[in-house]
Amino acid sequence: MSLKMPEPDEGVIARRAEIAAALRAIVGEDNVIDSPTGLRPYESDGLTAYRQVPLLVVLPETTAQVSRILAWCSEQGIKVVPRGSGTSLSGGALPLEDAVLLGLGKFNRVLEVDYEDRLAVVQPGVTNLAITKAVEDAGFYYAPDPSSQIACSIGGNVAENSGGVHCLKYGLTTNNVLGAELVLMDGEVVRVGGRTLDASGLDLLGVVVGSEGLVGVVTEVTVRLLPKPEAARAMLIGFPSVEEAGHCVADVIASGIIPAGMEMMDRPAIHAAEAFVKVGYPLDVEALLIVELDGVAAECTHLLEEVEAIAGRHGAVGIRVSTTEEERNAFWAGRKAAFPAVGRLAPDYYCMDGTIPRRQLPRVLKRMGELSEHYGLGVANVFHAGDGNLHPLILYDANKPGELDRAEEFGNDILRLCVEVGGVLTGEHGVGVEKRDLMPEMFGEDDLKQQQRVKCAFDPDLLLNPGKVFPTLHRCAELGRMHVHHGKVPFPDIPRF
Amino acid sequence: MILRPADEQELCETVRAAASAGTRLSLEGGGSKVSMGRPVDDCRTLSLGAFSGIADYDPPELVLTAGAATPLSQIESALAENNQMLAFEPFDLAPILGGEPGVTTIGGVVASGLAGSQRLVHGGVRDHLLGFRAVSGRGDAFVAGGKVVKNVTGYDLSKLMCGSWGRLAALMEVTLKVLPRPASQATLIARDLDPRAAWASFARLLGSQAEIAAAAHFPPGTLEDHAISAVRLQGFAPSVDARAAMVERIGSAEGYRRADASVATGIWASLRDLSVLPRNPAMWRVSLPARQAPDFLEAFAPGDVRWVMDWAGGLIWLSTDRPAEMVRTAAQRCNGHAMLLRASADIRRAVPTLHTQPDALARLEERVRRAFDPASVFETGRF
Ligand SMILES: Cc1cc2nc3c(=O)[nH]c(=O)nc-3n(C[C@H](O)[C@@H](O)C(O)COP(=O)(O)OP(=O)(O)OC[C@H]3O[C@@H](n4cnc5c(N)ncnc54)[C@H](O)[C@@H]3O)c2cc1C
Ligand SMILES: Cc1cc2nc3c(=O)[nH]c(=O)nc-3n(C[C@H](O)[C@H](O)[C@H](O)COP(=O)(O)OP(=O)(O)OC[C@H]3O[C@@H](n4cnc5c(N)ncnc54)[C@H](O)[C@@H]3O)c2cc1C
Repeated sequence: MSLKMPEPDEGVIARRAEIAAALRAIVGEDNVIDSPTGLRPYESDGLTAYRQVPLLVVLPETTAQVSRILAWCSEQGIKVVPRGSGTSLSGGALPLEDAVLLGLGKFNRVLEVDYEDRLAVVQPGVTNLAITKAVEDAGFYYAPDPSSQIACSIGGNVAENSGGVHCLKYGLTTNNVLGAELVLMDGEVVRVGGRTLDASGLDLLGVVVGSEGLVGVVTEVTVRLLPKPEAARAMLIGFPSVEEAGHCVADVIASGIIPAGMEMMDRPAIHAAEAFVKVGYPLDVEALLIVELDGVAAECTHLLEEVEAIAGRHGAVGIRVSTTEEERNAFWAGRKAAFPAVGRLAPDYYCMDGTIPRRQLPRVLKRMGELSEHYGLGVANVFHAGDGNLHPLILYDANKPGELDRAEEFGNDILRLCVEVGGVLTGEHGVGVEKRDLMPEMFGEDDLKQQQRVKCAFDPDLLLNPGKVFPTLHRCAELGRMHVHHGKVPFPDIPRF
Repeated sequence: MILRPADEQELCETVRAAASAGTRLSLEGGGSKVSMGRPVDDCRTLSLGAFSGIADYDPPELVLTAGAATPLSQIESALAENNQMLAFEPFDLAPILGGEPGVTTIGGVVASGLAGSQRLVHGGVRDHLLGFRAVSGRGDAFVAGGKVVKNVTGYDLSKLMCGSWGRLAALMEVTLKVLPRPASQATLIARDLDPRAAWASFARLLGSQAEIAAAAHFPPGTLEDHAISAVRLQGFAPSVDARAAMVERIGSAEGYRRADASVATGIWASLRDLSVLPRNPAMWRVSLPARQAPDFLEAFAPGDVRWVMDWAGGLIWLSTDRPAEMVRTAAQRCNGHAMLLRASADIRRAVPTLHTQPDALARLEERVRRAFDPASVFETGRF
């Protein structure tokens, strides 16, 4: 593996027993794991190509314990990697040999639900789906719905700013959280955001969301709840070409419709999904769109007609509209199972996550076909068509020498292509270790330094989740340096906060 | 004399020179919010007027990129031509502060982070700024975010710029998410509810499937002699009709009824210019959890405050002569915070515009500010 992680500190590794004892004094005997068999399950997250057994695992149960752990580690100069459910696809929760892995699995309670102000206060280890489960009997749900929602934690969602198939209409995590409790690396506990719609000062919550575990440990989250729509209907629309499908998507949006979900699959993905779940996807088309419309029944009926008419103008074949809830779920079953379905085509697959301006879709898919030939590896595409978020699945066999490296190079080429056409490296999975070294494709030196200065404001000793997101970690003192007149800050008299 | 850098390089040099000379810079798009905040005299005004114009706008992509000094009116008319909108309903303070509406710039809109009635469900400025290009207080140009609607590459610095009031960096260009303009809308109103009953009815309606887009309450003597509670629906006509019927059913106890278009227009316009509130006393913008809005109002003797409620209770515009301390304490007791919008220069000199934060948070915020502006070039002392 070509990935270079920060040089482990042998001194810290040698102190393992002492560190375990100190942490046990904080969280109790059973909440520190240090046996080789106990540590094994933590060696990777959803990006399984990278593995590293952590120094040890600590499983705190209260914010006070998290605060004491971080304060102690900070004092001792020991690195910490936060972990939710370990489903990250970018290696965000990848352990380090010389770092404590801080698991939030024991923070698993829904603390409060307020239906009138439509919010819930939950601990970070609660799974995404568990929030919806806790409120669905009252007719509410939590909108962002990553495909991993049965497993991934809300704390992980906050760290990654996760999305789902419904985020075109309902937004990503960042648009659906109101506040968080955060423990900084020095042990300080702060609350960012709250129960109001606006922050009172800088929108620090906004930067905590999507910070990939590098700025603090989230110990409580306040999320917005939405009432479940009266109706939801899905349509399956086949197209003779990817271009036509792309034009149809653009026209739907140009006509003022923002569907609840609008997903596209290419031919290889359609075939793989149909073989896997047998829900009747058409096999003689080049692209398949699943469009979901929700709202009051009258709205769904109206919009189904509109979308059908637009699709007809783009040469759609075989339009099917769901009439029952079972049928709607069946339409989605293939899409939702796309990863495992594609997984049957080859021993391994590598899931990419770039976003492009939608108008560039034909160009990007064409080039991807060429790259597929060049690398001799197959690729299937599922695509959040509404917002331009591509998930190419690269097929390879890790047991064949060199294939993993080729798959990674292929993936990197795809992401470079995304940036080249005006898009970005990651739409929802995060940078982690996976795209870390590609960051300079999208950002210049000064851009990255500015981001890292913000990191330094939260964690000046760079002890929290090092080796992730930033291709080069500058020391904070070095980044902070600036030529200041006679060594003085101007206007020392103005109150600074 | 106002500094007017002509391009990015001049802007960087200007900021760098100011940083080393110890000069403070007050950033200005157009200056609509000049009479807000602590009056400051000992700083240079830096106009970003050179960074103007729509750079890229492809309606089906739902993305618009423009220079920070582009007038909001220019952006809104380009969007209107394509049946699109800024869904956060930019809030133009100029009329409240005694200026012309529509001259405000998109950079000013972003930096003030103020959103209108639709913020309740469509999100604020923060939810629509996708990326930007700016010059930090170090005099370095940098970009953050992207130009597509879905992006998690790197830290979301865009959030920090919204509501930064020109204290972090000088914006040169912003990329915003735009949305289709609703094809039709309807407003339903109920009369004579007290604040608590109004909040409760809003909570019930917002928890229903009627998809309320905005909800506001006006006490007696603001819009008319009676109290008025209003909810707005928007979308495709058949959907709006069905939902209006739903609101009439769910809100039958309160008597919610569809209002005439002219009445409706007046209601929502009054929340944009706040013409229903008296001009003279200090004006506050209080953000709080909706359920605590009635408690907040009960902290004052009825004759001492004039107010209107937006965001289903989450936002109160308050006009009062009561001491700043009293307003801030009441807001804080209700888990909210209060921003001083308009007041005499004397009051503005003594009272900070923004609510002060708890210590630990204030220290963190201060470190974040210094991460952008180590020499405090943009700290004019106004906020
Ligand atoms: C002679 C004259 C007098 C006028 N008097 C008034 C008056 O008294 N009151 C009035 O409202 N209007 C007045 N106007 C109109 C006003 O100047 C406008 O042109 C205007 O409304 C522009 O406002 P703005 O949105 O650019 O916001 P601004 O008021 O310029 O800015 C709002 C906030 O955003 C920050 N900001 C703005 N742009 C950026 C940026 N690019 N990057 C970072 N931060 C930024 C500012 O620092 C400030 O904190 C007057 C105009 C003229 C010609
Ligand atoms: C099959 C599959 C499908 C997926 N589908 C989607 C999808 O549709 N959309 C999508 O967006 N993602 C998807 N993902 C990716 C992944 O599920 C999300 O990124 C998720 O949010 C990770 O949550 P987690 O609890 O597993 O976090 P982890 O993997 O444990 O951690 C992720 C990152 O968050 C940090 N972190 C975790 N908890 C905290 C905390 N409490 N405080 C501070 N930092 C913390 C970690 O340090 C790490 O950097 C998918 C993953 C899989 C395996």
